Amino acid sequence: MTTRRQLSFATSGSFAIGGTLALLVIVTALVSLFWTPQSPTEITVTQRLKPPSAEHWFGTDHFGRDVFSMIMVGAQNSIAVGVVAVGIGATLGIALGAFASARRGWSEEIVMRFTDFSFAFPAILSAIMITAILGPGAINSIIAIGIYNIPVFARVTRGSANAIWARDFVLAARAAGKGRFRITVEHVLPNIASVLIVQATIQFALAILAEAGLSYLGLGTQPPQPSWGRMLNEAQTFMFMAPRLAIFPGLAIAVAVLGLNLLGDGLRDVLDPKLARSR
Amino acid sequence: MSVFLLKRFLTFVATLFGASVVVFLVLEILPGDPAQLMLGIDAQPDTLEALRKKLGLDRPALERYVGWIGGLMVGELGLSYTYSVPVSDLILERLQVTVPLALMAITISTTLALVLGVYAASRHNTVGDWGVMVFGQLGIAVPSFWFAILLVLLFAVTLGWFNAGGFPGWAGGTWPAIKALILPALSLALVQGAILARVTRSAVLEVLREDFVRTARAKGLSRRQTLWRHVVRNALIPVVTILGLQLSALLTGTIIIENVFFLPGLGRLVFQSISQRDLVVVKDVVVLFAALVVSINFVVDLLYVAIDPRLKAHDA
Repeated sequence: MTTRRQLSFATSGSFAIGGTLALLVIVTALVSLFWTPQSPTEITVTQRLKPPSAEHWFGTDHFGRDVFSMIMVGAQNSIAVGVVAVGIGATLGIALGAFASARRGWSEEIVMRFTDFSFAFPAILSAIMITAILGPGAINSIIAIGIYNIPVFARVTRGSANAIWARDFVLAARAAGKGRFRITVEHVLPNIASVLIVQATIQFALAILAEAGLSYLGLGTQPPQPSWGRMLNEAQTFMFMAPRLAIFPGLAIAVAVLGLNLLGDGLRDVLDPKLARSR
Repeated sequence: MSVFLLKRFLTFVATLFGASVVVFLVLEILPGDPAQLMLGIDAQPDTLEALRKKLGLDRPALERYVGWIGGLMVGELGLSYTYSVPVSDLILERLQVTVPLALMAITISTTLALVLGVYAASRHNTVGDWGVMVFGQLGIAVPSFWFAILLVLLFAVTLGWFNAGGFPGWAGGTWPAIKALILPALSLALVQGAILARVTRSAVLEVLREDFVRTARAKGLSRRQTLWRHVVRNALIPVVTILGLQLSALLTGTIIIENVFFLPGLGRLVFQSISQRDLVVVKDVVVLFAALVVSINFVVDLLYVAIDPRLKAHDA
């Protein structure tokens, strides 16, 4: 009884905190589409490196740009890259994983070896190669992070789908004459949706971290579009004069990632109570 | 056993081969004319022609690929366009920073994770356990390069105990070199340690519920003896799995961290080579990183079997 009470507390706790933090980031990004306290790109040399004030809540950077507004717009960037990259990874990965699980045999072997192979290229390595030939840009981060997400989703999908294919109701569906494709769409995918949603939340958090890292290195989002990683890179130059510049963008990344991770944990407990026991 | 090993080994070799083909295609075939890419659009035709010749671009692609791979196998990696020195020399020099950095980071993170994870599990649902869980969540959420910047702010800018970056080299003595790697290693270790601590905690908790643990206690072993002799050993499988995955993450993490601290390692080399459009170096270093990641995954696969022989029956 005690365990159950503690579990539900932990579950609702991480779900609520994670949901709130993630919502905060999403709402910030949405609001920044039509309102920011100041212009995030306007350069005012007379206002450079100002400390926080009523006019500039988080102060200004070395170009006199408003840091708070830049962080708000940076949320757009992180979410956009995350959504598209995870979208690409999930679409292709789930398709591959479901295909492997439905066909088994050689098809499964080929898909699995492909995923092994894709792991040889972590997002940063793909980004380095793409940048070397195309030059830096947000599209690079999307492609690089997207590619790395494909094998992750393929493996999770295949693993969970294999368990569903062994269930009696799938056997019944086969006996009723349904084809593999129809069974995948009607029975397998709906039954593994919760696992995939949790995975997507976690991958989304990882994508935000990866995008920040790539932008920090200058391989991702380019100026004047504000991005949290880029802001940290610029802050490093002024660390002795304005250390606060290095605090806010990092906090923004940490809040977004923490929110999504907690939300993922909470969702897992809500959607799949069996797994919650082992945590 | 041998079938399993052979299968794994063949996959390993095929993956290495595939990775090298991808790197070659992306960096040498896709750009159309790598010489043009390296020299920019304003380059004179005769300079371009000279570089094409120097890089061997006048030869057929297959011949170039075979030559490149053959060179990689014997450690002859061509000449860096920017530095005009053999790439193998550059890599060997930079490894003297990257390898100690990665080793220090993995030692710190593993020690931290095992101590915290076992401690949290043995004090399940106490304040200590919750503290470790919170540390785990925060460690995962904090980007390593931001943590690095925070460490610099505290220990270099405010307290002045360390330099904000740079590397004095090993020739000037071991301690100054190690000192320059402490903050970078800590920044890499926190994130990895946080993830590993959570995994260790879950794994130990899982094993603590097993019947043999109750038996061990019943036959008179103390809590501590049971924990270290039986529980931790059995909890190692998931820990090794994650540790293997982390080694790859750590390796690529060095690319960012070396740039935060301006350390002359492999990560900084590949990064500088991109800015200098030195495709020769980029190609060799990227393939080296990819090969290291693949090799680590292969060794982890073998380690599973060594730790848990039941696995090979599933997979053979």
